[in-house]
Amino acid sequence: MVIGERKPFDEIMKMIEGHNKIMVLGCGGCVTVCLTGGHDEVRVLSSQLRMARDKDGKPVEIIEKTIERQCDPEYIEGVQALLPEVDAILSMACGAGVNFMAETYSGMAVYPALNTTFVGGSKKEGYYVERCQTCGDCKLYFTAGICPIARCSKSLLNGPCGGSTKGKCEIDSEVDCAWQLIIDRLKSLNQMDRYEDFMAVNDWRSNRDGGPRKMIREDFQR
Amino acid sequence: MSEEYKSGSKLEKVLRAGQFAVTGECGPPRGADPEVIKKKCALLKDKADAFNITDNQTSVVRMSSIASSVIMMQEGMEPVMQMVCRDRNRIAIQSDILGGAALGVKNMLCLSGDHQKFGDHPQSKNVFDLDSIQLIHTVKKMRDEHKFLGGDEIKGAPKLFIGAAENPFADPFEIRVPRLAKKVAAGVDFIQTQCIFNLPKFEEWMKQVVDRGLHEKVYILGGVTPFKSFGMAKYMANNVPGMDVPEELLKRMKDTPKEKQAEEGINIAVETCFKLKEMKGVAGVHLMAIEWEEKVGEIAQKAGFLPRPQL
Amino acid sequence: MSEFEPIIVAFCCHYCAYGAADLAGSMRLEYPPNIRVVRLPCTGKVTPVFLLRAFEKGADGVYVAGCLEGDCHFIHGNLVAKPRVNFTKKLIQEVGLEPERLEMFNMSAAMGPKFAEVAREFYDRIKQLGPSPLNKKYHGASAAA
Repeated sequence: MVIGERKPFDEIMKMIEGHNKIMVLGCGGCVTVCLTGGHDEVRVLSSQLRMARDKDGKPVEIIEKTIERQCDPEYIEGVQALLPEVDAILSMACGAGVNFMAETYSGMAVYPALNTTFVGGSKKEGYYVERCQTCGDCKLYFTAGICPIARCSKSLLNGPCGGSTKGKCEIDSEVDCAWQLIIDRLKSLNQMDRYEDFMAVNDWRSNRDGGPRKMIREDFQR
Repeated sequence: MSEEYKSGSKLEKVLRAGQFAVTGECGPPRGADPEVIKKKCALLKDKADAFNITDNQTSVVRMSSIASSVIMMQEGMEPVMQMVCRDRNRIAIQSDILGGAALGVKNMLCLSGDHQKFGDHPQSKNVFDLDSIQLIHTVKKMRDEHKFLGGDEIKGAPKLFIGAAENPFADPFEIRVPRLAKKVAAGVDFIQTQCIFNLPKFEEWMKQVVDRGLHEKVYILGGVTPFKSFGMAKYMANNVPGMDVPEELLKRMKDTPKEKQAEEGINIAVETCFKLKEMKGVAGVHLMAIEWEEKVGEIAQKAGFLPRPQL
Repeated sequence: MSEFEPIIVAFCCHYCAYGAADLAGSMRLEYPPNIRVVRLPCTGKVTPVFLLRAFEKGADGVYVAGCLEGDCHFIHGNLVAKPRVNFTKKLIQEVGLEPERLEMFNMSAAMGPKFAEVAREFYDRIKQLGPSPLNKKYHGASAAA
């Protein structure tokens, strides 16, 4: 899922300065699962904003709303009827959701309440880790299911650097060395011979470097 | 190895002649004053065959390694231009290789580079378009096939002696020799190792290297760094990733009176040089006296490496 | 101007603090009448939303009273509540309220005197801090004064 983290409160306060009626809009997708932008978080942020603005003598009226997904026109349309009542949307979706909202509603200010941080999963409740960098050319076959692009701090494709120590990365002793994990897995799978295959210079066109990407299912096009 | 020199560098000639090679290291300054390099050069001249010019080492901004290499050549010395993958994509890398070669650089060391987290610009974006092994492959392709990575012909291919680093002490230990094999397959000509303090472990690694016959395909130069003090030894043991300083060496430094510690550090380095010279498969040493350039000559002298052959 | 009498909301677990409050009553122990008790099936039910709403509605202080650690009727509800209370302290601090206005306490149903003591101490603490800037009554009064 896409992981997000709430922006610092002061930054959010600055964004909504001058707006007296806003909608705090949650998303029922990834950010609900990672506990940053769903129904509950909308209520928490709204409550905080009302209190802070009240305290400053500049009360703000807030419509609290959460839709199924902010990255899907079908659901985005659902808030249209409420728009005349507000003068800004504070979106608690990931960056994709904020973009979709902004593209859909011209003339409406749309602000991000989250920083979209990475694609990953939960180790346990409330603890999320990065696992994919959406490079667009999956190499996990060669690396026993552990991604060196997302998990090696230098995205090295041909093995660990000289800073790998006791299974940890040179940048932080809390960070696993991705190549140690890969080697351990290759060994356990009896695939160590794969390590010595030279991983050729990468084609980064499938990555963001090739410009904004899209994916089209032809059988759904009319 | 073929008759014709790949680069014609002094380092290549020394190694090809079967002489025990010595390389040193010179860190460029954090400013635009060429005199700083010239002063370091004066300390290092004739004390080794070639000298690494580091490329923004530890991710701290310094004068470029190409420019510093040129200044060194003006002083009549031979540089080993280091290049890290952290700061350049393949377009800049190949362009800098052409530029360096055009200015007379004949040796190049291919490195991944320290993570920018350690430097003075931890906010920066890293590149790592290539990794160090892919960089070796790139230089070799440019030199031997006269082709850019993209496939286009190079008119006037760069002639470079290709080096790389290897850390026999980093983890996982069991892939350190396979990793060297990968570098050899990619086309590396010489290897400079990480600072060797744990000699038994280095010997174990070297034995695996020899068993696989890799020492016949690549020249291996063992890294030697003198401790300035017990404090430095302790720092290297505890704070530098991938560094292996055995307990007995630390104790030896600790038990030495403070005013004699520098001397003892030199002694240890010289002893290491002797051991490396005797070790099968080792083709030379790489002396890294970190911000202590004036001692390179002393170590080389005591180890019997001077005078350097004139080839 | 009338002297400040804080509004305090106490979220109390049915299995411990709520019983302790009952016992304090039976024992005729005195504690400030400012405490408004909200009974919960377990403090594990508490979320930041509950606590924030109390402040938003003008509470000067809020506390959560759950079972002794290791004694939760639902095994670990009180251990769920603890980090949530700490997290909400940060949230109210962001808003500009003192984090001391929020606290978590632990007690058993047999600890009537402890309930009264916590109530008195917390009352004193909030009295010291003064009215919440969101308490309309005092906020308005102080502005007029």
